[in-house]
Amino acid sequence: MDMSMDFGTAVKNYILEEFLPGENPDDLTEDLPLISGGILDSIATLRMVLHFEEQYGIVLEAHEADKEHLDTIRSIASLLASKVR
Amino acid sequence: MTVLCSLHQYLADSVALYPSRIAVVEAGRGAISYAQLGTLSDRLRDRLVAVGVRPGDRVGMYLRKSIDAVATIYGILKAGAAYVPVDPDAPLSRNAYIMHNCAVKAVVMEKRFEDRLATEFFALGELPPLLLLDGAGGGGPLATVLDEADAKLPAAKTKNVEPRADDLAYILYTSGSTGKPKGVMLSHENAVSFVDWCSEVFEPQADDRFSSHAPLHFDLSILDVHVALKHGACLVLIPEERGKDPLHMAKLIAEEKISIWYSAPSILSLMAQFGDLGGHDCSALRLVLFAGEVFPVKHLRTLCSQLPKPRYFNLYGPTETNVCTYYELVPPVPEARTAPYPIGKVCEHLRGKAVDEHNAVVKPGEEGELCITGRGVMQGYWSLPERTAESFLVDEDGTRWYRTGDIVVLESAGGDYIYRGRRDRMVKRRGYRVELGEIEAGLYQHPLVKEVAVVAQPDPDAGVRITAFLSSKGAGKASLIELKRFCAERMPLYMIPDRFTWLDGLPKTSTDKTDYQQLKGLA
Repeated sequence: MDMSMDFGTAVKNYILEEFLPGENPDDLTEDLPLISGGILDSIATLRMVLHFEEQYGIVLEAHEADKEHLDTIRSIASLLASKVR
Repeated sequence: MTVLCSLHQYLADSVALYPSRIAVVEAGRGAISYAQLGTLSDRLRDRLVAVGVRPGDRVGMYLRKSIDAVATIYGILKAGAAYVPVDPDAPLSRNAYIMHNCAVKAVVMEKRFEDRLATEFFALGELPPLLLLDGAGGGGPLATVLDEADAKLPAAKTKNVEPRADDLAYILYTSGSTGKPKGVMLSHENAVSFVDWCSEVFEPQADDRFSSHAPLHFDLSILDVHVALKHGACLVLIPEERGKDPLHMAKLIAEEKISIWYSAPSILSLMAQFGDLGGHDCSALRLVLFAGEVFPVKHLRTLCSQLPKPRYFNLYGPTETNVCTYYELVPPVPEARTAPYPIGKVCEHLRGKAVDEHNAVVKPGEEGELCITGRGVMQGYWSLPERTAESFLVDEDGTRWYRTGDIVVLESAGGDYIYRGRRDRMVKRRGYRVELGEIEAGLYQHPLVKEVAVVAQPDPDAGVRITAFLSSKGAGKASLIELKRFCAERMPLYMIPDRFTWLDGLPKTSTDKTDYQQLKGLA
């Protein structure tokens, strides 16, 4: 099973519920730039990280909690997949 | 007239006194001693002079916060020029506007921005000489670019320029209500009088370790960089992205043995809530300074209970004056307290008064606009003489008082000032100034937008919440994602509204102006 697929759905649903209420889910694509595109600000990013850390019992290193790793649903999902074993 | 001292003379003094001490630390990328920082900034001075920079010029800085960037500040000052730092994460069009607006003579920048800056400048005019660094971090990229330039044609050795008191030291651009940022011009006397005031009040020592949390284009950085280096202390640079992570910040305070912390309240609030401060050894911390916006009392109480030892100062002041009032609050914060702490007394190098709409000084207990005069007050806004004139109240004796636009109340004669709110449409968000009019001007550029009105409201957690109301030219409406991305290309991320609401038309007052009061009710 492709684990990162499931993480992708979880991340997408979380972002839609928390930060994009009422948005058409189809517009939130896997490669949409979230941080550089202004969708998630720093506080929103932090809340998301804390949420998934708690949900999956993982800890992101400081160098992972940056734009490079968290800018798209795809990259967040693969980061989560690499942490959850 | 020459000033007794300049920012770069302070560095030179520390280089002479403490050559082998560490001046700047950049986590994971190295450190630089005072002697090395002195040499590196001397070399940049010589190169800038070689490319044509002269006393009185401006030089742009387009770099992430790094040892390279700190050396660049001093290289520019030593050449007698003013440094103009821009936010490397802000839209390129905005940064190109700033560089062009104040006619920089050269730009020290990271290569990754070159192509797009050149494109932006194509429409504006001739591109100034660029000193292109292969990234920024640890001081290496700046040294390398200077080596390469010297290999082609060595720069002649020059001397540090001794500035006059009113020569500009830096220009910091802040949000402008017309949609374009405006450049606040600060002289060496402005800067040095503030730095010297910090020396008196905070008594920094050479063994202090200062946090550098604020970005370099933000006026909080003046205290971090120039006060630390004046006293031979160590400046610990915190990269911007990491600076938003509260757990990482608590760890950094412990590991880097930070003794003087200065930031906007927002990161301190997050540290109090999520930082596990109790789990880290923050015993070196002796001063916690915050400024830029109101610190929510709830989070301040938590912070003080977790860290009872340091002294806490609430600093207040716009970029135009830097810190102009201060208040020391003594922990613990009482459980019953809900009102924010006062902004305090006027700093000793300045004078202040609160005036009514007729410019008469108000009595204690009455609301008035805070006005500030003295050595720390800016020269004006770059190339905006009318805007500058409007921002000053001039007494009959010729004293120029900067109108802060902030409404305050003096508790009692000789007492503390209490902040009440803004006179205009500016809000503070995460320590940044945001003119709601600048957001509106940005959104008006969207092809579907017919009308836009932006309102801000207090928010117990985030401090302030910004809502944009829009009406459409036709039937089409842009999605939330599209609007956010549109904003991200035109304004810094901290300006993007939290919410967007489409209405059939914006409500109007009887005089056919946008009814902001009604919109606040809808937000």
